[in-house]
Amino acid sequence: MRNYNLNHLQQLEAEAIFVLRETAAQFERPGLLFSGGKDSIIMAYLASKAFAPAKIPFPFVHVDTGHNFPETIEFRDKFVKEYGVDLVVGLVQDSIDRGTAAEETGLNASRNALQSVTLLETIDRENFDACLGGGRRDEEKARAKERFFSHRDSFGQWNPKNQRPEIWNLFNGGKGQGENFRIFPLSNWTEMDVWQYAKTEGIELPSLYFAHERNVIERNGMLLAITDFVSPHEKEEVRKEKVRFRTIGDATCTGAVISDAANLEEVVAEVSASRVTERGSRADDKRSEAAMEDRKKQGYF
Amino acid sequence: MDKDYIEMDMLRFTTAGSVDDGKSTLIGRLFHDTKSIFEDQLEAIEQSSKKRGDENINLALLTDGLRAEREQGITIDVAYRYFATPKRKFIIADTPGHIQYTRNMVTGASTANLALILVDARNGVVEQTRRHSFIADLLGIKHIAVCINKMDLVGYEEEVYEKVLRQFSDFASRLENISEVTFIPLSALKGDNIVERSENMPWYKGAPLLYHLENVYIGSDANHVDSRFPVQWVIRPHSDKHHDFRGFAGRVAGGVFKRGDEITALPSGFTSRISKIMLGEEEMEEAFFPQSVTIQLEDKIDISRGDMLVKPNNQPKSSQDLDARICWFSNSKKLTHGGKYLIKHTTKTAQAMISEITYKVDVNSLRKNEQDKEFNMNDIGRIKFRTSEPIFYDTYRRNRNTGSFILIDPFTHQTLAAGMLR
Repeated sequence: MRNYNLNHLQQLEAEAIFVLRETAAQFERPGLLFSGGKDSIIMAYLASKAFAPAKIPFPFVHVDTGHNFPETIEFRDKFVKEYGVDLVVGLVQDSIDRGTAAEETGLNASRNALQSVTLLETIDRENFDACLGGGRRDEEKARAKERFFSHRDSFGQWNPKNQRPEIWNLFNGGKGQGENFRIFPLSNWTEMDVWQYAKTEGIELPSLYFAHERNVIERNGMLLAITDFVSPHEKEEVRKEKVRFRTIGDATCTGAVISDAANLEEVVAEVSASRVTERGSRADDKRSEAAMEDRKKQGYF
Repeated sequence: MDKDYIEMDMLRFTTAGSVDDGKSTLIGRLFHDTKSIFEDQLEAIEQSSKKRGDENINLALLTDGLRAEREQGITIDVAYRYFATPKRKFIIADTPGHIQYTRNMVTGASTANLALILVDARNGVVEQTRRHSFIADLLGIKHIAVCINKMDLVGYEEEVYEKVLRQFSDFASRLENISEVTFIPLSALKGDNIVERSENMPWYKGAPLLYHLENVYIGSDANHVDSRFPVQWVIRPHSDKHHDFRGFAGRVAGGVFKRGDEITALPSGFTSRISKIMLGEEEMEEAFFPQSVTIQLEDKIDISRGDMLVKPNNQPKSSQDLDARICWFSNSKKLTHGGKYLIKHTTKTAQAMISEITYKVDVNSLRKNEQDKEFNMNDIGRIKFRTSEPIFYDTYRRNRNTGSFILIDPFTHQTLAAGMLR
């Protein structure tokens, strides 16, 4: 008899497509959170597979801190055009101007935490009842208990004690007035799976993920790229290094790693040998032991 | 390495155990010995251990994620963890083992291929071992690995291992679904029989734990006989290029569908043939569990979400009167005779009214109780109910996907129960 087996990437793909279709079926107005990072690119790619030959039946949503690498925005716009989807942008600057969010001050000031405010305002404005995110459970310990269908109360808050049990693949998207869901189709993927899948499927990713020369400084044990938003302080020495990024977030808190990996093949090899998690290069998670948990409770992705 | 990675498959397993039987240490050991702990994680738990005043690095901190849990030193909920070897990717559903967490064990077991059950070598098979095995069996897990831990504390004696074997076999005969039980004597703390065969137990002829996890054969566990395709979503592009396109999107829940196959759509009963099977833009010859695909038919027939495509000569049961075993999940709402709930079964949602509460099972003694019919959180038992429309199902034993359902509170939308059809 024929052996009906799928390898792990095929299984993860089938599961993610199932979750994306459940989202379309169970919600009236879902949005797909698209940051231009690799996880959201993979999620968007899976969405195009899930609904082909029709267009992806939900708009992309970008919560924009304004502190982007220019490559990210360029890639985002090209991608959105290619897939023919609508793009909704929520600007952190708008929240600051309205006075609903206040800019952090000090040496390590970042707009990362402010994204929660802008996200909730965008959800409100656009009437989204579900937002698809590229979050993975292997990223951070507070995510290990996250659901595929993560319930948020009318304040956008995640209450880890009040999440619905997820049994089999029977996802319950029922909700009361004002409540909504965050949905994570890539829950069971690891960083390695994402890279392997990108390689297997030949998915194009932003150039920031591959080794290139860049001026960097070392701050709090991380290599930060010199951009319009990060400038060296006194005593900080600017040096040129061959680097790539393992995650792409706000330019003020996304660290680079020294690397020679210039293509998907080499990145896969590098990731498999890596001894540090990709979030190890994120300053936002290093703030406290429960940094991610706290941000999630306030409505973070 | 690359080629290997593509040929990797996946094993989902659940671990249940209490704080004392060394579950966290075992998981920590698996991660450590497969080089799945990263330096920054190790550094973070080292710091936390110091802050708490622990003498050694507390590997449990790696698995206890939320602040509330760390403060109370307990695990509240199912946590999912990942590691891989060149052979397999592993997904661990890590659940706390206390009696009040039956529902978490049910959740973890619902998607698992294998249950890893820890036994403290000093205590042998205890009530909790029986409870974990019962739940694994109830949820249709076919493979159990009984890990007899802390062998270092009993002098690596073969007699201890033999005793657990005897004790376990005594009640294993009452389990219905489990087809394979493997006993592995080990020490998570010292690393005996985890990755390498232990030199301290030359009398043990079996494989170490990791080898077993990498090689246990799960290929025949899924049902590849009864073809079932619950329709999730209908794809209609409404574009000039795909003007008449109508595709039925879903995940194969059992069996195999091939291009050219004759199918029957339920509930309408109309038949047609499969003209195309697609995954994205790519055309496929066949689709099987658990693939997510889009099926096109030769004829235009009316099919929507909640309908099911099957083979004309192999149809599921169809009934409005159902009999099931359930686990009650809610702590605020009780199961009542005559109670009305929503039922979610495959992609279909209907109403359900409880017509009989048959019995409750005491998960410790495994005895049926026909007198006490009050279901509270974590209670397991059997009920009968009637649905507002026919449900197309197989027994849970035959197919986990078409034999399972959840009950939902129509007012609060909370998930109240998990059910397995008989």
